[in-house]
Amino acid sequence: MVVGESKPIAEILEMLKDCKKVVLAGCKGCVTVCNVGGEKEVGILASELRLARKAAGKELAVLEYTCERQCDPEYIEALDDLVKDADAVLSIACSVGPQYVAARYPYVPVFPGINTTFIGGAVEHGVWKEYCQACGNCILGDTGGLCPIARCAKTLLNGPCGGSSGGKCEVGKGAVDCVWHLIYERLKNLGQLKKLEEPMLYKNWATSRDGGPRTMIREELRK
Amino acid sequence: MTMTAGSNLEKILTSGQKAVTCECGPPRGADAEHFRHKASYLKGICEAVNITDNQTAVVRFCSMAASRIMMDLGMEPVMQMVTRDMNRIALQSNVLGAAALGIKNLLCLTGDHNSFGDHPQAKNVHDLDSIQLLHCIKTMRDDGKMISGTEVQGRPAMFIGAAANPFADPFEFRVVRMAKKIAAGAQFIQTQCIYDMDRFAQFMQMANDMGLTEKCYIMAGITPFKSVGMANYMKKFVPGLVVPDSYIQRLRGVPKDKQGAEGIKIAVEQIQQCLEMKGIAGIHLMAIEWEERAPEILKAAGLLPRPKVD
Repeated sequence: MVVGESKPIAEILEMLKDCKKVVLAGCKGCVTVCNVGGEKEVGILASELRLARKAAGKELAVLEYTCERQCDPEYIEALDDLVKDADAVLSIACSVGPQYVAARYPYVPVFPGINTTFIGGAVEHGVWKEYCQACGNCILGDTGGLCPIARCAKTLLNGPCGGSSGGKCEVGKGAVDCVWHLIYERLKNLGQLKKLEEPMLYKNWATSRDGGPRTMIREELRK
Repeated sequence: MTMTAGSNLEKILTSGQKAVTCECGPPRGADAEHFRHKASYLKGICEAVNITDNQTAVVRFCSMAASRIMMDLGMEPVMQMVTRDMNRIALQSNVLGAAALGIKNLLCLTGDHNSFGDHPQAKNVHDLDSIQLLHCIKTMRDDGKMISGTEVQGRPAMFIGAAANPFADPFEFRVVRMAKKIAAGAQFIQTQCIYDMDRFAQFMQMANDMGLTEKCYIMAGITPFKSVGMANYMKKFVPGLVVPDSYIQRLRGVPKDKQGAEGIKIAVEQIQQCLEMKGIAGIHLMAIEWEERAPEILKAAGLLPRPKVD
């Protein structure tokens, strides 16, 4: 899923400083699962904003709504009535949400209430890790099902580098696993260490963001 | 092993004599005079001098310019290149430019992660890793082709090197990774600073058993301790470095003003131990910001004067 984190309340208040009435739009997709942009977080953030602005002597009306998804234009339509007389929309979906909101309401400012951080998953309650960089050409089959593109600090295809120590990456002060160490152990368990003996050659990054913003077209679905 | 670039370093190694390389880092500014001064201590005491490429991810003047300055001093550079800061377009361009300037030795590295340097906010590149860069340079030199397949107009005659760290983990994979570097194109290897002699001996045993010392020249990396503080720092904060306590105790056992001399004594012993190991083709002496002490270390180790080759 797409994982996000809340922006600091001070940053959000600064973005909304000229607004009197805003729509706070959550999303029932990934950001609900990672506890940052669902119905519950909409309620909490709305209260925080109202209280902060009241304390500052400049009240803010916050209209709450949580979309089915914000990464689908048809679910943005549900905001139409609320947006009509609002000064802005504050979206706490992943960054697709604010962009779909912007596309639907050309004359209404939109602000992001969260930072979209990575494609990943929870490893325990309250802890999420990155697992994918959407390089567009999956190599997990060669690396024991563990991704060095997303999980090696240097995106090595021939790791582990000389900074791998005791299974940990030199980056992250011991908090980050060396994914190449994990790949090594896993391939050892699978009896496939031979795979690591041949140099893995150049990756084609054209399928990644480096090839320009990506559009995917599936003609069979367009008909 | 056939000659590819005809550098002084390559000639000495090919002749079977123990080679010596040193290291000199460019300054954090445009002060070429400072660099010339540091480099002058290394003249005549080694075959070639490694010029670091923004080491520890700190901005310094570039290794290609420093390499050229070194050649103007009548010295031979080993130009280091890291894949952290440049994509394959810039890297290949620099290889060609370096060859055009007459640089004959290249050392391919991935580089320290930018989060350790003075610009941790930088976007890192890592389009290639060190092994792919080795392969790329070898292919340009031997097949006359760029990564794209485009023909190179004038092949870069380079003696190609790589680094190896026998002290990182998993230990049993370190020699395999070195083998990959050799398969990709490395003709010489300079190791990470060696302090744990037992582990290094074990590493060399594995390299010999795999036949790697027949395919590639392995140079043992030595960095003298300037003080007990430096030894402690390297033990605690440099990832993938093993510093045995015995050295720290030895340095602690002498007065502060004698620690440098003791550090040099240790380095000389380490050099001699390494030279006795089967398969060691030479010494890579990295006297970090201590270039002026390199001559006495090499002299005490019996490595001076340097042999001459045509």
